[in-house]
Amino acid sequence: MIYQGKQKIWSDYQKEIPDNHWFYVRSCIRQSFFPASEGHFVKIVRDLLGKDLYETPHHTTCGGIAYHSDTIPQETAMTIVARQFSLMKEAGYKNLVTSCITSFGNYTEILETWREFPELETRIREHLWKACRREFDKPEYVAHASDVVYKLRNEIAEKAKFRLVNHETGEPLRIVEHIGCHYSKMFPHKGVGGAEYPCVLSGMVESWGGKVIDYPERRHCCGFGFRQYLVKANRGYSVSNTHKKFESMEPFHPDLIITNCPGCPYFLDRWQYVISEQTGKTYGQNGHGIPALTYEELAGLVLGYDPWDLGLQIHQVGPEPLLDKMGIAYDPARKYLGLDEKDIMKPGLPTVLKCY
Amino acid sequence: MKESVVIIGGGIAGLEAASQLLALGLSPVIVEKSDHLGGHVAEWYRLFPDLSPAQDLVTHLVSSTSGARIYLETEISRINALKDGYSATLNNGDVLFCKAVLVCTGFHLFDAAKKEEYGYGIYNSVITNRDLEHWFGGLEDARIPDNPRAVGFVHCVGSRDVKAGNTQCSKVCCMTAIKQAIEMKEKFPEAEVYCFYMDLRLFGKKYEDFYISAQRDYGIHFIRGRVSEVSEDIDGRLLVKAEDTLSGKPLKVRLDLLVLMAGMVCSPQTGRIASMVRAEVDDDGFLRSRDNIYSIVESGRKGIFFAGACTGTKTIPETVAEARAAALSAFRYIKEKA
Amino acid sequence: MDFGFSLSPSSAIDLDKVDLSLYRRLEQTVPDIRSCIACGSCSATCMAADYSGMSVRKLILNLQRGADVKKMLSCCMLCGKCTMVCPRGINTRKLILDVCRYYSDNKL
Repeated sequence: MIYQGKQKIWSDYQKEIPDNHWFYVRSCIRQSFFPASEGHFVKIVRDLLGKDLYETPHHTTCGGIAYHSDTIPQETAMTIVARQFSLMKEAGYKNLVTSCITSFGNYTEILETWREFPELETRIREHLWKACRREFDKPEYVAHASDVVYKLRNEIAEKAKFRLVNHETGEPLRIVEHIGCHYSKMFPHKGVGGAEYPCVLSGMVESWGGKVIDYPERRHCCGFGFRQYLVKANRGYSVSNTHKKFESMEPFHPDLIITNCPGCPYFLDRWQYVISEQTGKTYGQNGHGIPALTYEELAGLVLGYDPWDLGLQIHQVGPEPLLDKMGIAYDPARKYLGLDEKDIMKPGLPTVLKCY
Repeated sequence: MKESVVIIGGGIAGLEAASQLLALGLSPVIVEKSDHLGGHVAEWYRLFPDLSPAQDLVTHLVSSTSGARIYLETEISRINALKDGYSATLNNGDVLFCKAVLVCTGFHLFDAAKKEEYGYGIYNSVITNRDLEHWFGGLEDARIPDNPRAVGFVHCVGSRDVKAGNTQCSKVCCMTAIKQAIEMKEKFPEAEVYCFYMDLRLFGKKYEDFYISAQRDYGIHFIRGRVSEVSEDIDGRLLVKAEDTLSGKPLKVRLDLLVLMAGMVCSPQTGRIASMVRAEVDDDGFLRSRDNIYSIVESGRKGIFFAGACTGTKTIPETVAEARAAALSAFRYIKEKA
Repeated sequence: MDFGFSLSPSSAIDLDKVDLSLYRRLEQTVPDIRSCIACGSCSATCMAADYSGMSVRKLILNLQRGADVKKMLSCCMLCGKCTMVCPRGINTRKLILDVCRYYSDNKL
């Protein structure tokens, strides 16, 4: 691997990310998959780093999940998106930041479609006006929340309490980065680093002290693939794709997987349990799995937030081996206590995968 | 005083045209931007189909143009139309007066790094056809392993590729791949050698014989499928993915060296020269001939002639034949005007 | 545990893992097998192709990819038309008989 070659590609794909004043739109599924990730993004960006980040309770799903599952036509998704733009106009913002990768892909695809077919944009303006008497401006910039964290990665590194380093050996942690397909595969120039060698996550990892692993199936989909998963009979394809990735990364002994999509960390996490039940195989050390975290969770750990406040107990693969490596103290007794210190109940344990 | 013809480009087209113009009693002047004559051929080691040394051809052409004025490392800054010819201003300040201009600006080898999925410049053992020729010619190349177990060739890199902006077939890469595959098999008889192709276009004299020999005598494997993705495994070997379109299944194989057959694209100078002599550029980016059957070497503008790959992808024999035709056309144009 | 779905077996060809012992042997006995260009003349003229899926083109390809060809071979009637039409002059008759011999020698 020639690192300078990657740097050259990265310099070709540097997208402009605004410094401040963002209109933030949340994801429909991330809040149940990773309940504390979005909250901590807001905490880090707004409270810790003092940036202007606005969100409104009136915003809805972007329609991307239904569009990608073939249940609504794109024009419907466009009208939903047009409404979000009208909320942004109302609030006086011009920089859109999405929490979800599929939203990011959806917004980008719609704006590109309107650029190619302006008559479609006119029609959507009519639809929105007829439906709810609203008007909108198109955003000046569309960024994904991971773009923002990438932009702020060095500010985060300055305030870091922990680094992505094995605190006993001093060795950098070996980290797999996994980019959601809808981040840059549709429009390579809209992603930091492009589509083949994206650096939005690897940039964070390097800035926080870790070492990025480039394994053969790095570019392969996590396996979610919407229709592969949503129809139960097809789930074998979904888990087989994930299995392929784990088989490919196994020789590199990764300590951690970092992701920027709602689906990827969920499937890279939960399918480790299913694979272990079906094949008896686990991919972490000593019967554990490989923790798969969101970039907000990882930023939170680096900044010293409590792992249970970050919601790491919600993951199937236990985060404890990672916390031990990074030297992060945690209280096992608090793992299954909610924010109000009430018991949220312990899950049953898998037969193969070790989860403490 | 002999009438002069300015030849833009000192590759094999420019050299052969100059040699013919000298024989016809004219005075050719070659303006070459690089520091050497012979263009791409001077960088090649052996040529198909006879495996003759490329240097022999270049040496022959250079010696037959010893009577011509030659500028190296010089570019044309401006060309003005005069009453009975043209004046060409060079970037060193010289001004050349001539009766005709012969454009021999040739082609540019496609930048293989643009096909990001192949990882040229990123993975250690991915090289181009030109890199391999340099290595055959004796240049060291750390990317080429001492004892490769498996070597792959990817045809059509940057050719027949709408996304890369080049729809044209580069014509010579299929044969070059087979030639280089055979040369690699001769150097490493134990290695498995794979050619990944979309179509094999082997139209010239002896080309098909070469193909049969590559199959039968050298056991080179031909896989009909375009490589979609290259990556590196933990041992640093390349993992190459393609579809085996004949069996309709995805296919993968581990290789120690991958050679990208970078295609011919129009030279970046061609557009600049075209605007100077007010010649037309075709929709494929190459220069537009007066017609593509009978007058390939003519531009449609008086006294402006073309030869070689500036009008499209060409083999060496085609280029040499066009250079002769262009020299003769220029000669007749000058004589008829006189 | 029954999830109602399971890992899907891969149909991909992994050239690093395929067993080419039969193909290697045939390269010695029918060297022209290497020069197949997959033109399909053999299958187009084959008496069995329409009804059974027999195809010498696929047979050679499957041999080159280390796949099992027993079932396909059992449909061949050894009429010899494929040998007549092959532009590369491959002795397809000998090829088929050699494959049969390999299977019977190895009691497969």
